[in-house]
Amino acid sequence: MTLANTQPQALEFECETGNYHTFCPISCVAWLYQKIEDSFFLVIGTKTCGYFLQNAMGVMIFAEPRYAMAELEEGDISAQLNDYEELKRLCLQIKRDRNPSVIVWIGTCTTEIIKMDLEGLSPRLEAEIGIPIVVARANGLDYAFTQGEDTVLAAMAHRCPDQAPVAEAEKEERGGITKLLNFGRKKEEVDAAESEYVDHAPLVLFGSVPDPVVTQITLELKKQGIKVSGWLPSKRYTELPVLGEGYYVAGINPFLSRTASTLMRRRKCKLVGAPFPIGPDGTRAWIEKICSVLEIEPQGLEEREAKIWQSLEDYLQIIRGKSVYFMGDNLLEVSLARFLTRCGMTVHEVGIPYMDKRYQAAELKLLEQTCHEMGTPTPKIVEKPDNYNQIQRIYQLEPDLVITGMAHANPLEARGINTKWSVEFTFAQIHGFSNARDILELVTRPLRRNSSLKDLGWDKLVREKAPH
Amino acid sequence: MKLAYWMYAGPAHIGTLRIASSFKNVHAIMHAPIGDDYFNVMRSMLARERDFTPVTTSVVDRNVLARGSQEKVVDNITRKDQEEHPDLIVLTPTCTSSILQEDLQNFVERAQIDAQGDVMLADVNHYRVNELQAADRTLQQIVVYYLNKAKKKGELPTDKTEKPSVNILGITTLGFHNNHDVKELRRLMADLGIEVNAVIPDGASVHELKNLPRAWFNLVPYREIGPDTAQYLQSEFDMPYVDITPMGIVETARCIRAVQKILNEQGADVSYEGFIDEQTRFASQAAWFSRSIDCQNLTGKKCVVFGDSTHAAALTKILAREMGIHVVLAGSYCKNDTEWFKQEVSEYCDEILISEDHGEIGDAIARIEPAAIFGTQMERHVGKRLDIPCGVIAAPIHVQNFPVGYRPFLGYEGANQVVDLIYNSFTLGMEDHLLEIFGGHDTKEVITKTMSADSDLSWTKDGTAELNKIPGFVRGKVKRNTEKFARDRGITAISAEVLYAAKEAVGA
Repeated sequence: MTLANTQPQALEFECETGNYHTFCPISCVAWLYQKIEDSFFLVIGTKTCGYFLQNAMGVMIFAEPRYAMAELEEGDISAQLNDYEELKRLCLQIKRDRNPSVIVWIGTCTTEIIKMDLEGLSPRLEAEIGIPIVVARANGLDYAFTQGEDTVLAAMAHRCPDQAPVAEAEKEERGGITKLLNFGRKKEEVDAAESEYVDHAPLVLFGSVPDPVVTQITLELKKQGIKVSGWLPSKRYTELPVLGEGYYVAGINPFLSRTASTLMRRRKCKLVGAPFPIGPDGTRAWIEKICSVLEIEPQGLEEREAKIWQSLEDYLQIIRGKSVYFMGDNLLEVSLARFLTRCGMTVHEVGIPYMDKRYQAAELKLLEQTCHEMGTPTPKIVEKPDNYNQIQRIYQLEPDLVITGMAHANPLEARGINTKWSVEFTFAQIHGFSNARDILELVTRPLRRNSSLKDLGWDKLVREKAPH
Repeated sequence: MKLAYWMYAGPAHIGTLRIASSFKNVHAIMHAPIGDDYFNVMRSMLARERDFTPVTTSVVDRNVLARGSQEKVVDNITRKDQEEHPDLIVLTPTCTSSILQEDLQNFVERAQIDAQGDVMLADVNHYRVNELQAADRTLQQIVVYYLNKAKKKGELPTDKTEKPSVNILGITTLGFHNNHDVKELRRLMADLGIEVNAVIPDGASVHELKNLPRAWFNLVPYREIGPDTAQYLQSEFDMPYVDITPMGIVETARCIRAVQKILNEQGADVSYEGFIDEQTRFASQAAWFSRSIDCQNLTGKKCVVFGDSTHAAALTKILAREMGIHVVLAGSYCKNDTEWFKQEVSEYCDEILISEDHGEIGDAIARIEPAAIFGTQMERHVGKRLDIPCGVIAAPIHVQNFPVGYRPFLGYEGANQVVDLIYNSFTLGMEDHLLEIFGGHDTKEVITKTMSADSDLSWTKDGTAELNKIPGFVRGKVKRNTEKFARDRGITAISAEVLYAAKEAVGA
């Protein structure tokens, strides 16, 4: 996986393999259960997992969520109990109480270590209880934070229908209401709607984003005459997109490398390798790349991007010439670093829990190119960083802003260092042209807040003797 | 396997980390996969901690799994020893390290060879104990370690402090209002002329632990964390302890009297009766407040209490004994403390429930329909759904349990705070009463927020008009009760008469 490093200043990569903090990948449950409305997520793990979701992620059961823990007890660990029978008991209860369209089993470190054969158990149980069971190994041994979504989507990719007619029949059976709603619509109107699109090979997008973003991105592509045939994940499990051989697929999130390779290898789809639609620059590059593989001439993208940049000017004035340091948390770091470089910031370091240079190749290239064009030094990309070492580097570099996980935010802030929680970028709507403003709203907030407090005369709130 | 939606107590390693990171200059190393160190997040985000949490994960990943951790854990211990020179490094087992069955004790011994500071393995079985039990156990383990060490070196002091003195045991980081409670206890001890010899573990140095036996007695304010240490100090050093939680006016007095007895047995000549009387009747507002006309309307109101042993038992006593409120159900999630809890609250409530299943408590609340709940965040949530107010009195902790202002639960100021909490949780006394007399003041509002389209009952014009006169915050409940009354009696149209009949019958 080599990059075409023709630029004078190439990106420097380092794998520190240090002790670092980020969220456990089971945290993906927090946004996926909301996204997939007819799902139920069963996290098969210990009290450690449960308490994490409850207290650190703050996903309490307050909203009657469709997720639960299958809490492994001593008898399960020592294999005195039969895994199949135990899981069957729990899944039957879930079926009775909630009747979801799919149960997603989230494997954890514990199920990995005790080698619980979830993939082996699920087909039998699925047949027995009559609800599809998808198995995702979102464990902390192999993955970090947002990669949990990757494991779930990769598993779901296997369940997407491969032929449209089959899917239609299924939909008719299940989605009676949709059919009723379409009933009144005349055929000509449907044709008219179709005619707004260019005739191109089917395109499916993958990555979980909030519904408003789905609409925005879909409409953005429609402007180019591109029809999005489906999203993985869809709003409902029963409406998973058709994935035929030769379909084009494009990722919307930078942490979905496993899903991408599953789509290519198992579903024989063609991956559109592009920078990610984060920031107006990334969004434009993403759409352009999709247009180019679909052989469509992009219309008005340059103007659209310029207009967005114009509208961001008030925020840009705050951050231009300032520096930012990414400790590394949610794998959105490279895309954000590229966007902020374009905004006129200097990026000191991009920490990242895991770097797939192939899936992120186009993004890395754009980062390098952006640095070159903006005349800023290229940042060092540090995979699996060591948080202790990073903090020493932060003391030395004195960046204007540190984007960090929740564990280090308050201690850094107490030492007079502006911070923003990386988690907020995970949950905010950051994709597409118009949401660039939301990214900058988040990025500038600590700077705006602290500049309104700066005349008070106390920016360090720890005693001098203990800076470390 | 257990289907779980909610946990009242966390896993064991959280307990160990709470103890380790409460001490000054003690570092914890976890042998765990990525993400299991979310304790750091809880300290930084919930407790708004300014310092970096002294907890480092020695990451277990696929490589470690394949080859064994080999030197990794040992290296991480010695590295931390050099970087930050902690007095003690506590190697913390996790659910992962337990299953891997690596010989952590061996790692500790090897690391100890190179480390300047002390290194120990927290001796907790991750699958058998919860957060609270592990914390209790780890605190005792660290105390034993340093007392044995001092004994070996001949550094163990044999004398007692000149003036009466106390060790306060079990104050920890991420404890429910612990940071405020300890301030209040220090103040109380100062008022009683008792020196505070040590507070452990919060803010204590492990080097001070050898001085623990110098105190005249130990005070264990919470039943969950501290008793193990107190019992050890009693059996090894013959130190008496007081484990009466000074929460509420009556229990605070009982605690002070127990202290008085212990001090006098050791030759002090103290009498705290005057102090107790002065505090109870004049200085503290709690006793007077519950006697005031304001609180009269709380008499006989029904409530449900649920929490850890310490807080649930104390609140039950305060409600029943000090405020005349009817505790229908008192419950605790501390299963290991069932016997004590039953014994403490049985005379103050109708029912007792010991359970870790939030559903069971929720069902009980729905059945009882109390006027107020005193419970955890979970019961607050249940209350929201049922439209019943809830005061939060116990962990699991939430960011709301770290108020910036002073909110102790213990001592005389704590008694004031608790009374405020209770009073404000009920839809208010006098206000309630006046609204009842004058028929409310928001008659133009919609009747209720609930939809009754699916109901088989209808309200007549005058029935609706009457319902409209009932103050908004109780209207929903009155409506529910009246409809239940009507349904039970086969009445299909609810008139004003039916409404009042129901009111008489069920006191709606």
